[in-house]
Amino acid sequence: MTSAPLISVRDLAKHYPVRKGLILAKQIGTVRAVDGVSFDVHRGETLALVGESGCGKSTTARLVLRLIEPSAGRIAFDGNDITEVKGAAQRAMRRRMQIIFQDPFASLNPRLTVTETLTEPMVVHRIGDDASRRARALELLRLVGLRDFHAQRYPHEFSGGQRQRIGIARALAVNPELIVCDEPVSALDVSIQAQVINLLKDLQARLGLSYLFIAHDLAVVKHVADRIAVMYLGQIVEIAPKRALFEAPKHPYTRALLAAIPQPDPSRRGQVKPLQGDVPSPLNPPPGCRFHTRCPFAQDRCRVEMPKLRMVREGHATACHFAETLPLADLDFRSGLSTTAQMRLAIYENAKKQRV
Amino acid sequence: MASLTDMPETPPLLRIEGLRTVFRSMAGDIPAVDGVDIEVPKGRTLGIVGESGCGKSVLSLSVMRLVARPGRIAAGRIMFDGRDLLALDEASMRGMRGADLAMIFQEPLTSLNPVHKIGFQITEAMRAHDPKASAQVLKARAIAALKRVRIPAPERRFDEYPHQLSGGMRQRVMIAMVLSCQPKLLIADEPTTALDVTIQAQILDLLRELQGEFGMSIILITHDLGVIAEMADEVAVMYAGRIVERASASRLFEDPQHPYTIGLLGSVPRLDEERETLLAIEGSVPPPFALPAGCRFHPRCPFAEDACTKEVPALKSIQPGHAVACLRAPIEAVVA
Repeated sequence: MTSAPLISVRDLAKHYPVRKGLILAKQIGTVRAVDGVSFDVHRGETLALVGESGCGKSTTARLVLRLIEPSAGRIAFDGNDITEVKGAAQRAMRRRMQIIFQDPFASLNPRLTVTETLTEPMVVHRIGDDASRRARALELLRLVGLRDFHAQRYPHEFSGGQRQRIGIARALAVNPELIVCDEPVSALDVSIQAQVINLLKDLQARLGLSYLFIAHDLAVVKHVADRIAVMYLGQIVEIAPKRALFEAPKHPYTRALLAAIPQPDPSRRGQVKPLQGDVPSPLNPPPGCRFHTRCPFAQDRCRVEMPKLRMVREGHATACHFAETLPLADLDFRSGLSTTAQMRLAIYENAKKQRV
Repeated sequence: MASLTDMPETPPLLRIEGLRTVFRSMAGDIPAVDGVDIEVPKGRTLGIVGESGCGKSVLSLSVMRLVARPGRIAAGRIMFDGRDLLALDEASMRGMRGADLAMIFQEPLTSLNPVHKIGFQITEAMRAHDPKASAQVLKARAIAALKRVRIPAPERRFDEYPHQLSGGMRQRVMIAMVLSCQPKLLIADEPTTALDVTIQAQILDLLRELQGEFGMSIILITHDLGVIAEMADEVAVMYAGRIVERASASRLFEDPQHPYTIGLLGSVPRLDEERETLLAIEGSVPPPFALPAGCRFHPRCPFAEDACTKEVPALKSIQPGHAVACLRAPIEAVVA
């Protein structure tokens, strides 16, 4: 993409001091939650940040929204540096970037009706008058697939999937350009997950939204993302267009993540040897490459020298000393869906279309 | 009832017949599990798939006889290793929990007591079933169990608290606890749902290995069809308190019959294909106090017709080991 990025992040870091003692607290260490992360999100694009718990993906999302202050690095939105904006400028910026949270049960105020929830962002940003806000709330409800009569209800009257739709409508209320989706489907059942993923894709196509999509599930990401950044212990270890990442993952961690996903195909049971060990603590990350303690290909150099994120192909960067010389990834994503199963899926899909 | 195994000579370890577990409310008894029949052969894994609210957890609590009031088991039989669990008095049932049937849960942090050390919690269970063993013997056994589930530095972990361990490590502790009594049946209720995918792979690997070593039977409850494909020998698909399809894992993925099973398969984002839209199932699971008449899936089913709204479909065997509860299956016949 040649256009200027909508959001551009350079060397972003968030370090939390760890103190000991009550009164004269001494700093005894630093948790490097995010440690030098750079990426761009272009207009209409979805960039997914993936990684396991504690890799810093949610912290990165909050930094981008300036919900927490970075320890280092710059964030630019639509060409303007927003790392330090305050007051009215910050409010104006916030209208243009919104967030959808993971847990639809915790992220809606139980005391507000749906209309109140949806009009509140417009009140905060002084958009419209009371009547136009209410009209907009109804419009938003329809946009996310809910009905007018839902407007006067309270969150407890909705299922998880419906609540997530309300959360999406709230994010859309002020016409943002960027939406940070923080694990928006992880708390939902599979059949509902698919509904919400479809809705997010549909809204992106209709409204030209950009998404920063935080997820731990690479299969979900495969359906929503244009580009994917894989994080490990506060750093990006690989960033690539989706197709390149799935077809030729360069970093051993990306490969391990892909291999660990259980495939709905019993004939391939037990083929993958899982990655051993746990993610090390970000309070005391290992020297050299942070992944070397779990990496099956680690060599002496990996234990001392931290690999830089470098381009290995057009648009495809990875932080591994040996990206070029690793044996080819042995990943098999063939569906294993039988012809009978495929035929029935097609019949189901047709029947569903005819019912609508 | 259709037999799940091709070896009917050996009786199954667990056989549940017509189980109905209800919760009392002002509006009358609400069924969470409504007429479920399942079998688990010795040394095999039964996977139970379903979404939240389908009754899969209440089913497993019923087997452990741990359904709390206002819930109760209203009907059915649970035969375990030749004994009727529902006929046992509470003391004998307590003797069987842990020793014969054990359970691990989704969130290991809430299953472990935060104010006691790991070692105390493991030996507590052992002590309950072997009151005469000395503290040293118990400690040695606990450390051996921790080592068996591949916890690094088990001697040190023995003296740590649950909050000092990672999620995967805590689930290993739960498994070590279960192993220390060598139960015949392990019920694993979403054991890896709260874990990261690389840790999930480790835990599933461990469970498979331990099953091979100790020959225990497993009931694995999950919403993840990938985990089912990875682990289960037989699968029961549950929807709104009932089993809608039952088959061997290979049959279920080869020849999914019930529209709900097909819809679930289509909802799973797959790595091999990139569809514009996923095949979502419309609507959501009905709550147990507002169950639709007839087939409980009919309001969401694209194939539903008049009969589906009135008649409860029986779980019918369509071939040995494969049963389905749908008036319209196989669906290619109705659209043809």
